Amino acid sequence: MSELAINDLHVSVNHKPILKGVNLVVKQGEVHALMGPNGTGKSTLAYTLMGHPNYEVTKGEVWFKGQNILTLSPDQRAHLGLFLAFQYPVAIPGVSVANFMRAAINSQRKAANPADKGIPIPEFRKQLKQIMEVLKMDPAFASRYLNDGFSGGEKKRVEVLQMAMLKPEIAILDETDSGLDIDALRIVSEGVNKLRGPETGILVITHYQRILNYIKPDYVHIMMEGQIVESGEADLAIQLEEHGYDWLKTKTDIVMG
Amino acid sequence: MATPVVISKKIVNQKRNLQEFSINLEDIPNYSINSVDGDFLLQYRLKSWEIYQNLPMPTTMDEAWRRTDLRGLKPDTYVLKPNFDHPVHPPRNLFLPLLGKKQAGQIILIPGQGTTTTVDSSIIESGVIFADLKTAHKNYSHFLAQSLGQIVKAEDGKFAALASAMAEDGIVVYIPRGVHLKEPLHGVIWSPGQNLARFSHLVIWLDDDSELTYIHELSSPNQSNSQSFHAGIVEIYVGEGSHLTFIEMQSWGNDVWNFSHERARVDRDGRLDWIFGATGSHLTKNFSDLDLIGQGATAIMSGFYFTNKDQHLDHDTQQNHLAPNTTSDLLFKGALKDQSRSVWQGMIYVAPGAQKTDGYQANRNLTLSREARADSIPGLEILANDVRCTHGATVGSIDKEEVFYLLSRGIAYPEAVQLIVEGFFEPIMQRVPFAGVQRRFRSIIKRKIR
Repeated sequence: MSELAINDLHVSVNHKPILKGVNLVVKQGEVHALMGPNGTGKSTLAYTLMGHPNYEVTKGEVWFKGQNILTLSPDQRAHLGLFLAFQYPVAIPGVSVANFMRAAINSQRKAANPADKGIPIPEFRKQLKQIMEVLKMDPAFASRYLNDGFSGGEKKRVEVLQMAMLKPEIAILDETDSGLDIDALRIVSEGVNKLRGPETGILVITHYQRILNYIKPDYVHIMMEGQIVESGEADLAIQLEEHGYDWLKTKTDIVMG
Repeated sequence: MATPVVISKKIVNQKRNLQEFSINLEDIPNYSINSVDGDFLLQYRLKSWEIYQNLPMPTTMDEAWRRTDLRGLKPDTYVLKPNFDHPVHPPRNLFLPLLGKKQAGQIILIPGQGTTTTVDSSIIESGVIFADLKTAHKNYSHFLAQSLGQIVKAEDGKFAALASAMAEDGIVVYIPRGVHLKEPLHGVIWSPGQNLARFSHLVIWLDDDSELTYIHELSSPNQSNSQSFHAGIVEIYVGEGSHLTFIEMQSWGNDVWNFSHERARVDRDGRLDWIFGATGSHLTKNFSDLDLIGQGATAIMSGFYFTNKDQHLDHDTQQNHLAPNTTSDLLFKGALKDQSRSVWQGMIYVAPGAQKTDGYQANRNLTLSREARADSIPGLEILANDVRCTHGATVGSIDKEEVFYLLSRGIAYPEAVQLIVEGFFEPIMQRVPFAGVQRRFRSIIKRKIR
């Protein structure tokens, strides 16, 4: 059973400290929600975990599968089984969803076994078709250029499609609910729920409680000013929905000293 | 923060005293004092030689050569005959049909070694000429005398004149009126040889109401401790209502200084699809001129290039609208790695009276390193008042967020760059709907990125 363990993580962007000592453990099979107001460092945490070069770790460690992954490149982290669903998925003009997806799967297979010849095309097509059906995506999507001219909802579906195809052990969903209407939110959440199980740990990063009506978390954490200030079970999110973030401000003051 | 690198450029007063080629009058193919008055081909070569001798070597003071410096050229060191103690065999895939499975004919020219011609006899019966230059001189001299040097003139430049005078290796194609070839013709010039100067000449002539797809390949192995040379001519005529798809693939070895003058003349309601793929040579200066001379003539020009290391590719294109209701559409896309450099200089010219012209030109570049440099210079010269002419030019570097996105999916850096580059070229590949050409280009990109 693998787990992602974040220990006292401090991160700066352009020399400005954003994360100021984050501690969190996400185990395979668990769903954690990370909530908090805008600008508190939630996305910084997501990008740092995946290894974006603009985020500078000044202190702390992130352990996954027996190693501190902070020294690894993003592709090596992905090979270990880490996945990030982007808040703002990037368009790659001229590269079709299917071609990209096959390149990603084959890279991961090759990392696991250098002699691997790549996924057989019929098997790949079958998998892709099945998952696209679950996500209620038009099959024509596979030949469209990745995220190029996609609507917000289409982009988020393609993120979940990738997650389903790559089968990560730990997935981070960064504001996957933002920009989605209620129908799209339901479809995307159903897609995520299908991936839930003992093999997958999920960290749902969100500003709103709304998505947690569909993806029920086992644990909820609240981040403010670069730290996790409160952790609890699912009812913490409901408390937050009723009272907003203000009641936590006093807590932050205490934590921040 | 890295300290910015300041590059200062000394202005050197470049004199016109570049070395001349160590080539003499007697080196002209089939030169003979006695036959001076007889044969048209020798006459043509001698006249070109005279023009060559009267033209100075281009320097960066000449507008067309401003960005391509020939001071590294060592023309006095070249040999005219390859040394074949150790012949380098061409890669097998060079000869495979690039389009579909069948070809109507193929000529493989290996300077100094010989020529292999295979051609479907039924097309010869229909009056098609598909022959190397020597054979054409022997068997089709009447046609050759009428066509050779009609479209590209020796006066067009120093290297045009030299190639006109010296080219012994060449291919001649004629498609008679009413003949529509469904299968392509394929010409391959494979030319190994250390310090070799080579010359080529291609003539393609489509009579009215005819059709042809032609693939023109120029290639040689990479050679170290060598500087070699190629000057080539391509002249094309597309008759009334005819359709030519012309694909040229340049994959010269890394020691070749390559110069070419190409011109296509498209007559009334004719159509030309002109495709350029350039990945080879140390340095290239290529003039590609299009003359739309008859009403309703159309040309689509699609170019793609990928450079690395110290390569320098300079493509000079000219779209001349010389008649009303003519259309041209040019798109050149290039990616550059390492310290390589590209130049694209384009001009749309609309002659007085060429009303209802529709002209377009665009050049897009993607640089993969900080040292790579692409110069993109579009130009318009419009002397008619009812026309639509637009252009665009961009140079961009590879997007770090795109790379990170692909890395985050487990795709390693070189493959991520390869995917992005392939995606960048996709719009041009859409204009080149030939799987073999696409495959060839992709495999070269892949090899150069690693």
